[in-house]
Amino acid sequence: MTYVTGIDVGSTYTKAVILRDGKEIISRSMLSTGFRLEEAARKAFHNALDLAGLHEVDCSYLVTTGFGRHLVTFRDVNVTDINASARGATFLYPNTRTILDVGGQTMKAIQLVEGGKVKSFRLNDKCAAGTGAFLEKTARYMGYKTEEIGTLAAVSKQAVPISGVCAVFAESEVINHLSQGSSPSDIMFGAITSLVARSTQLIKRVGLTPEFTLIGGILRYESMGRVVREQLKTEVNVAEGDMVQFVTALGAAILGFRRMEKLNKEDAVEIT
Amino acid sequence: MAYAAGVDVGSTQTKAIIINEASEIVGRSLTDTGANVVVAAENAYNEALKNSNIQEEEVEYVIGTGYGRYRVTFGNTQVTEISCHARGASHMFPNTKTVLDMGGQDTKAIRVGSNGDVLDFCMNDKCAAGTGRFLGAAAAALDIPLGELGNVAMQSERPVKISTTCTVFAESEVLSWLGKGKKIEDILWGVHLSIASRSVGLLRRVGIEEELTFTGGVTKNPGVIKALEQAIGFKLNISADSHYIGALGAALFALDHIVASRAPSSVKETA
Repeated sequence: MTYVTGIDVGSTYTKAVILRDGKEIISRSMLSTGFRLEEAARKAFHNALDLAGLHEVDCSYLVTTGFGRHLVTFRDVNVTDINASARGATFLYPNTRTILDVGGQTMKAIQLVEGGKVKSFRLNDKCAAGTGAFLEKTARYMGYKTEEIGTLAAVSKQAVPISGVCAVFAESEVINHLSQGSSPSDIMFGAITSLVARSTQLIKRVGLTPEFTLIGGILRYESMGRVVREQLKTEVNVAEGDMVQFVTALGAAILGFRRMEKLNKEDAVEIT
Repeated sequence: MAYAAGVDVGSTQTKAIIINEASEIVGRSLTDTGANVVVAAENAYNEALKNSNIQEEEVEYVIGTGYGRYRVTFGNTQVTEISCHARGASHMFPNTKTVLDMGGQDTKAIRVGSNGDVLDFCMNDKCAAGTGRFLGAAAAALDIPLGELGNVAMQSERPVKISTTCTVFAESEVLSWLGKGKKIEDILWGVHLSIASRSVGLLRRVGIEEELTFTGGVTKNPGVIKALEQAIGFKLNISADSHYIGALGAALFALDHIVASRAPSSVKETA
């Protein structure tokens, strides 16, 4: 039995997945990244080990990905989050050709060729518009927590159009809408609609090839998937529950397993 | 004696100024804008009245300015903050040719004529990069009170280079520098240099001409002043009332109105 760990050190959350024999997820763990990135990665790793009833020595290979991947010194190797997302998404949905990843501070659209290799990608790099930070700040300005975003948006009857793109400027706009009597849930849903509009623009830049798979922390809000379906007028794959947040960590673990197999084969050749 | 008032409802703070007929400031007040803009404007105005010992009836004309100017329900009219900053800055520093106004959510560069009229202006409109918020985010990330930010930063000997422009990303960048073991003052000075360089970029678009008057809430930060002066190469005009210059401009426009309304009717009609 071979265990490989994938750790995705994101701007907001750090996710760890332990994979058995390259095909079965046996545990996963997630925590806030904070600013001690290596510590967050180590903690996520240990939590995942505990959940699986394993020890550090049982893990044969450890792969990091995400924005903090270089800062984790106990890794065997690191892979880009683009490649890891591609691998994870095609593992769950083999016919994936377009991926949208919306995280706490990032938004990425990735196009794959048949077989799952990355053909092209686009991402936000200079500005937090269209990322989770936009929703998080909108919620905070209205006095709600991040965890409440999903339930708040779910009860909205009519989205309030949010015209600003800057996550900081959203504050003034939210205050204006509140003082004009709009309900927090309609404003929250408006923020989600505005965010999806930005995401679909990004997807259009890489090309609209089905199937679409949506991943990343922001997809845990059910309304996100729904609005993307409406705006793209197509069916989209969204992993169940919080699994959407682990797709990239999963992909890192799969890539790690492949690499380890390859290295073992080379070793075997050298020995013979 | 008649009085005129200006209330500048900014995105972050609301300022009120009361002046007498000689254009002298007799009362001022400052309050956080918060969620209820109407109440913030009322509070600031009442506080300024109290602090100048003037009754509301004695104030003949009130002008609202700033992003919340239409929420100054007791105001007689509104004037844009661009005009008010230009007017206030020229009043305080008559040789002003350029105004840089740096507030909580916006930064404006204004080229001013000899009478305090606006010749040209340029502002950030889509994004909070290079505004006071950028400093606020860094202060929050490092858990340092906003008021001490500049002084801490100025102790730096080796500033880090802040590469992000987005205020949201800046917070992460600050934390990642901290994670890499950089000193707080070096990170902060980097933040100050970055905001100064963005402001100079904005100023260049209207043209930088001496004298330059610096207005808005960020004038309270000596680090930004130092970074701007280094980047521009000359001293800025700053007064203890720099924060109130928008409100002062509004009050001066209000006084104009009072004076005009007293003039013979023929003049009034043309005014």
